[in-house]
Amino acid sequence: MKEIVVISGKGGTGKTSITASIAYLGGKDVVVADCDVDAADMHLLMKPDYAKSEDFYSGEIAEINPDMCINCGKCKEVCRFNAVSIANQKHTVSSLNCEGCGYCARVCPVGAISMVEQNVGKVHISNTKAGNMMVHAELGIGADNSGKLVAKVKKEAKLLAEKTNKEFIIIDGSPGVGCPVVSSLSGADFVVLVTEPTVAGLHDLERVYQLVKKFNIKAGCIINKADLNTNVEKEIQEFLKRENVAHIANLPYDETFTKAMTVGQTIVEYGESDLKNIVAESWDKVKELVAN
Amino acid sequence: MKIAFTTKGIEWDSMMDPRFGRTEYILMYDEEKDELANFDNRAIEGEAHGAGPKTAQKLLELKPEILITGNGPGGNASSVLEQSGTKIFVGAGEMTTKQAYDAYKKNELKAL
Amino acid sequence: MKIAIASGKGGTGKTTLSSNLAAYISEKEKVVLCDLDVEEPNSGLFIKGKLIHKEDKFKMVPSWDSNKCTFCGLCQDVCNYNAVIKLEDKIMVFPDLCHSCYACSELCPENALPMIPEKMGELKHFESGDISFIESHLDVGREQAVPLISQTIEYVDEHFPKETIRLYDSPPGTSCPVIEATKEVDFVILITEPTPFGFHDLKLAIETMKKMEKEFAVVINRYGIGNDDVLNYCKDNDIPLLAKIPNDRYIAELYSSGELIYTRVPEVKKQLKHVYDYILKLKENNEV
Repeated sequence: MKEIVVISGKGGTGKTSITASIAYLGGKDVVVADCDVDAADMHLLMKPDYAKSEDFYSGEIAEINPDMCINCGKCKEVCRFNAVSIANQKHTVSSLNCEGCGYCARVCPVGAISMVEQNVGKVHISNTKAGNMMVHAELGIGADNSGKLVAKVKKEAKLLAEKTNKEFIIIDGSPGVGCPVVSSLSGADFVVLVTEPTVAGLHDLERVYQLVKKFNIKAGCIINKADLNTNVEKEIQEFLKRENVAHIANLPYDETFTKAMTVGQTIVEYGESDLKNIVAESWDKVKELVAN
Repeated sequence: MKIAFTTKGIEWDSMMDPRFGRTEYILMYDEEKDELANFDNRAIEGEAHGAGPKTAQKLLELKPEILITGNGPGGNASSVLEQSGTKIFVGAGEMTTKQAYDAYKKNELKAL
Repeated sequence: MKIAIASGKGGTGKTTLSSNLAAYISEKEKVVLCDLDVEEPNSGLFIKGKLIHKEDKFKMVPSWDSNKCTFCGLCQDVCNYNAVIKLEDKIMVFPDLCHSCYACSELCPENALPMIPEKMGELKHFESGDISFIESHLDVGREQAVPLISQTIEYVDEHFPKETIRLYDSPPGTSCPVIEATKEVDFVILITEPTPFGFHDLKLAIETMKKMEKEFAVVINRYGIGNDDVLNYCKDNDIPLLAKIPNDRYIAELYSSGELIYTRVPEVKKQLKHVYDYILKLKENNEV
């Protein structure tokens, strides 16, 4: 079983549309995992049935028991995040400001403060319209994606893949270069980098590739909207050559992607198009690269 | 030689865990004594951030001379491991522990 | 007047709107544009000004004093972020994991972990005509955006008069960085695309703004593509729709090479005027 992670660094490059297309093409051979939890959109294309859901707890927040609190103000004094305020003559914690450091709980002389694990969202296991299973998550407002949540989503996907003997896990990776994307990459067999030929796109590709390199994972790159700016496209090609990253395909700037998305479909379901063919070839090429 | 493996189980036949920070177990093989000991690391699942350095700390306490793993440690974990002379070999993520050991013996793993 | 420009997900046109709107407003009055997307600040690709000031930005992290330490291990026990770990002969600190809560430092019985400033990024202040452009970027490898965002907002607060229009190009998402960037603003402009992805993420962004009790309005980017769901949703929920920036390949090309759009596409200029008029009205109401 091989783990294939799709990442892009920057938003809006078409990463999720491409991942969903690959997940669709993979059909019964794959398990799908959406680790782009901050902007989880893949479910809009995969039509999951939310067969099984469970709450996800992560991070702690301080809670002051008003019956025990003696209003000494120690908690407010040590808090560096302005999370403790006084309302109705009682000290209370603002959940949006609290960073869960637990300092207040340690200095409270009467033990009135407890650190409470937060229910920050849900993890779902679903059957999708592509005939495969998908693990995805939903985060509450203000909750941070974390290495922990990504690890949880990936673990569930892996268990499913092992149990049902699937060849591949297709993962929509997290954005940025922080802990969640590290967790997305950890344990992966192959990385598909999706980028676009814009100044920002190239910049973010270089940044995120540093991580991929660090983890010694083989990678390939899809350049989306490739004809938008031929100069930057050339620069990206040179970068790929320099870093020995396989160039998987160039996709043209084409609004068919959006048209398909508008009716809730991946590009490979949406009639015949050049895009469809290129994406299908890309998936074959990815499989070939993973096998070697 | 004491050799540490990141694994998903506690036996020679257990699969390696390709992850370093969030590995489920650490297996320690003492070549001289021919003993295989295991350390449960599954509590790491509860850590939102900083799994890498935490596992590295645990590993350091076990004092292996060699670490065999899958992808290799991230930045924070690497800086902990640098404190000891532990040599790190990667690329064993898809093997059983036994296969990983044999591959190491045959010099087939990549050193970091 | 502080206005945040935000979106539920990346790549919907936040930076395009911020930079073009700032340039447009500067034709009429002084304006401050502040790029708070400190992980990937891209507004600077569109606004080219003269650098008049730069400063390093720091966050406070503990630093280990080996002479005083007795290896009691309390620091490691009190740290909820795994940012301090005790080894056999050494305490290690991981600045990226540290949230600067001071617990380890202040609770250490030997004062062996004094807090020291650690560089996390850099703030730059540019002037270009009537635009003052402030951007901060996190150093490569640094992960925590929140402290840098709050210090950047402080810089703007200290250097510009209250009444000047300040546009905050906010980080994407609905988590801590965007909350930090928008918590003190008077008004939020949410930018989205009229597609199912855009609509879904807009609803998340709206929920976030409601939770923060912020007044907000919507701008649609790439108008003409997708469907009318966003349009109808705004209508049904009485959310002001300030402007529709047309879908046009030419706009995407201008963006790809880092150029302003409204000076070349008259329709965009017209749409920006709608946004500016709305801001002027808000400003008037604010002053009354």
